[in-house]
Amino acid sequence: MPDLSINFAGIKSPNPFWLASAPPTNSGYQVMKAFDAGWGGAVWKTLGVPVVNVSSRYGSVNYRDKRMMGFNNIELISDRPLSDNLREIEEVKKRFPNHAVIASLMVQSRQEWHDIVRQSQEAGADGIELNFGCPHGMCERGMGSAVGQEPEVLQTIVEWVMEVAKIPVIVKLTPNISDITEPAMAARRGGADAISLINTIQSIVGVDLDLFAPYPIVDGKGSNGGYCGPAVKPIALNMLKNCAQHPDVRLPISGIGGIETWRDAVEHILLGASSVQVCTAAMHYGFGIIREMTSGLEQYMVDKGFNTIYDFVGKALPNVLHWEDLNMKYKVTANIHEEKCIGCQLCYTACEDGAHQAIKLNAGTRVPEIIEANCVGCNLCSLVCPVEDCITMDRKDDGTAHVTWKERTEANDIPTEFNDEKAGGRHHWVPEPAAALGKEKHKTLPGKARQFEKVTVTQEVTE
Amino acid sequence: MAEYSTPTSEQEFHANFAQLKPRMNASEALFESSRCLFCFDAPCIQACPSGIDIPQFIRQINSGNDTGAARTIYEANYFGNACGKVCPTEVLCEGACVYNLQDVKPIEIGRLQSFATRKAIEEEKPLMQAGIPNGRKVAIVGAGPAGISAACELRALGYEVDVFEAKDQPSGLTVYGVAPYKITNEEVLAEMAYLQKQFGYSVQYNSPITSQADLQALEEGYDAIFLGIGLGRTNALLLPGEERENCVGAVEFIEQLRMNHHATTVGRKVIVLGGGNTAMDAASESSRLGADSVILAYRRGKEDMGAYEFEYDLAKGVGVKGLFNVAPVEIVGNGKVEGVKFIRTALHEGQVQTVPGSEFVEPCDMVIKATGQAKQTHFLSLIGGLKTDGKGRIVADERTGQTTNPQYFTSGDARNGGAEVVNAAAEAKAAARGIHEYLSRK
Ligand SMILES: Cc1cc2nc3c(=O)[nH]c(=O)nc-3n(C[C@H](O)[C@H](O)[C@H](O)COP(=O)(O)OP(=O)(O)OC[C@H]3O[C@@H](n4cnc5c(N)ncnc54)[C@H](O)[C@@H]3O)c2cc1C
Ligand SMILES: Cc1cc2nc3c(=O)[nH]c(=O)nc-3n(C[C@H](O)[C@H](O)[C@H](O)COP(=O)(O)O)c2cc1C
Ligand code: SF4
Ligand code: SF4
Ligand code: SF4
Repeated sequence: MPDLSINFAGIKSPNPFWLASAPPTNSGYQVMKAFDAGWGGAVWKTLGVPVVNVSSRYGSVNYRDKRMMGFNNIELISDRPLSDNLREIEEVKKRFPNHAVIASLMVQSRQEWHDIVRQSQEAGADGIELNFGCPHGMCERGMGSAVGQEPEVLQTIVEWVMEVAKIPVIVKLTPNISDITEPAMAARRGGADAISLINTIQSIVGVDLDLFAPYPIVDGKGSNGGYCGPAVKPIALNMLKNCAQHPDVRLPISGIGGIETWRDAVEHILLGASSVQVCTAAMHYGFGIIREMTSGLEQYMVDKGFNTIYDFVGKALPNVLHWEDLNMKYKVTANIHEEKCIGCQLCYTACEDGAHQAIKLNAGTRVPEIIEANCVGCNLCSLVCPVEDCITMDRKDDGTAHVTWKERTEANDIPTEFNDEKAGGRHHWVPEPAAALGKEKHKTLPGKARQFEKVTVTQEVTE
Repeated sequence: MAEYSTPTSEQEFHANFAQLKPRMNASEALFESSRCLFCFDAPCIQACPSGIDIPQFIRQINSGNDTGAARTIYEANYFGNACGKVCPTEVLCEGACVYNLQDVKPIEIGRLQSFATRKAIEEEKPLMQAGIPNGRKVAIVGAGPAGISAACELRALGYEVDVFEAKDQPSGLTVYGVAPYKITNEEVLAEMAYLQKQFGYSVQYNSPITSQADLQALEEGYDAIFLGIGLGRTNALLLPGEERENCVGAVEFIEQLRMNHHATTVGRKVIVLGGGNTAMDAASESSRLGADSVILAYRRGKEDMGAYEFEYDLAKGVGVKGLFNVAPVEIVGNGKVEGVKFIRTALHEGQVQTVPGSEFVEPCDMVIKATGQAKQTHFLSLIGGLKTDGKGRIVADERTGQTTNPQYFTSGDARNGGAEVVNAAAEAKAAARGIHEYLSRK
């Protein structure tokens, strides 16, 4: 069996799965239950100044019948008394000495930071996470993302913390910034031991069409909140990659954002995370999801022959390049596997209307045909096809040639004007604009109109 | 052993005749509509005789626009709810759904269709309306799917419309003939009331058009006449003993059942003669009424039956037994039916031939003849210049529904010889357009 345990900047944990600082870590009760269920660590719900929360706090983005594809909240940090939280941290640590308990903190003055860091250490926390991320409420009071967005302020606060910290300090970054590596480097300059990212993204998840107000609604009004859940994973992965690849950051990273299954976790790890944190998925499905996460991760490691997490931390990073370094000689085209095709013609209409008119229909069959000469290899058809492996993107170049944009630029081999022979798309066929008019009208008319095409309908149906 | 006990109350009746396509709730509609792929040039639309824009209405349901979904459906088919429940969707839209090719359950189009339309009906959503009056009048004979659909379309085109119906309720066989587990009477009639309220045509019930004088009055009083008369009573078998008590026609038996529910009496041991969909229905219905045994007797082999496979499966599923390659020769009994004398048959060069000396009597106390409906030949002969074909179907133009007497138009069972509600609804809409075309040219 592979070894799932980690030592994250000095914080030991039986597996890389931690609960992120959020409602699931609001109390000793929840954290003990989570450890009992198999979670490796927990970042306690952020402790700090006294707050008051509003009622109606969360909003959700549903996609068709799938709930909470994206999730947002306007909740603040812990509203429970600090002493209760500290006492419960102590209790949890006594029962679970080998699990990771990290105190998430957010206060204002140097003295306050010193006090709360000391108190957390005394309570037995294994580490500290500085919450510089909360994008609503707290930032209006000069904390949270208001700090995370100002690298210099962030660095100063980290320095204050390091003055008294005896346990590892993680800085949690906000994604509400254009270049995430700047606060990451500030954290390093301030002396932090690690970073974690991302916190939630400023968002409005939806607008109530009857009340004309954004969700979640508080007495007919709303406010921007913080976005998280499956929908934010791509943003998190990119920011994670940026920090992991940056030569001046060089800190262990705890990956957060949209992690729900072992696959999501592996993706974070492959891009450089050496622990992962989960919030929304635990809020959606409860602590039980950890069983699938650990078993999936274990199976993956067995299949790949990885013995420890560190065997594949950042393993995908060398393959994430700048666009200018991609091989321009590589060429794929779409290939429909006729025997699998169910004839939905989604690929046809997608390519026809949304790509390069490289798919045609033939009489007598619903299986579309790729016009290889027109196919630019964009993947769209294979992405919309509902049948697994029905459209494959097959390599067409022989794999011997390799040329990048950068190399071409250096060799002065790039187009400088549009009718330059070298310009892209120049030899690509596009239909005459007017050929679009009336095209397949009979197939896209509503059912009734198809039936009565010949008779003009003058009657207007109004409600 | 009977699968069902004889229902003695309305409640027990509804339990025995539980809806095959029960109403979807909003969650189920959301889940199901989420699965639809929104195919291009969707095969399901092509398979729908009324050409409902199925992916469009499913998408409307999915995006929370149930009213718009109902509008899409009604724009193509005025029997939107009825069709969602009674259409043989397995061989129409759902049979064409691309998911079948992936060995995945096809989209439940019929139930989604009823979900949207029933909601519109219950909420009395005004989705349709009569057109600006054009001063012309059309008479409609028969308030079945054909007649009512023609009435709606003609009203939308601005015609004044009077419907004459022999019976005392609208919708024709939808309420008098379709199996009760497909749709309830209340549901059928609610849709009829919904349509009439919006379009405002008049219907005169208990008003059969039977004589030359009746017809002449229509010819004089109206610019055009639409015949939506459907078919007639069950064909006679012309067998000895057919007059015995408890030897009944399927259409008549089912009408009893639709009107009287559990008060309908059924034999203990029932033999249904025939191999079409009506035979399957009558057999299933006898079983659900609590008959101890139901035998379906057919002249040819199982695979030669005209009924849809799923209809036979449905009958088998409620305990109906098949008796194949037998032809009835006599209904035996003493006043009452006591059995059917059959002779075995065999196929010889494609022809059904009886096997000499193979007669036997299968005892029973009820015989239901599901041997087809007669055509209204006599009535049709009263209309001057109106031609019928060799099978008694009214001859009419494919597209316009105009008969050989230019003032008369027709569609539905009377013209197609007996199909489904959806065919009648779709063809009648086209015939109404035909009337419009004809009268606009005049
Ligand atoms: C037992 C049975 C089960 C069926 N099950 C289904 C099913 O599950 N699904 C499905 O889609 N289809 C089913 N059908 C077929 C469907 O019911 C018919 O195709 C459809 O009703 C035909 O519509 P129509 O308007 O042409 O005729 P009808 O429904 O027969 O309507 C004709 C109307 O005209 C009236 N009428 C007739 N003559 C006159 C006259 N001279 N004057 C005034 N009024 C007159 C009749 O009373 C009747 O109301 C079934 C049919 C039968 C017999
Ligand atoms: C309701 C709610 C409250 C949160 N509160 C905090 C908090 O107090 N401190 C903090 O650092 N992050 C907080 N977060 C952010 C999460 O810890 C996490 O960074 C974010 O949700 C992304 O992870 P996910 O996609 O797994 O949910 C909160 C998130 C939610 C949904
Ligand atoms: S890969 Fe892109 S261009 Fe090629 S056929 Fe598919 S959609 Fe069209
Ligand atoms: S999207 Fe896939 S299944 Fe649909 S028509 Fe194209 S190849 Fe066939
Ligand atoms: S064929 Fe099936 S999946 Fe495609 S549009 Fe019709 S119902 Fe939807």
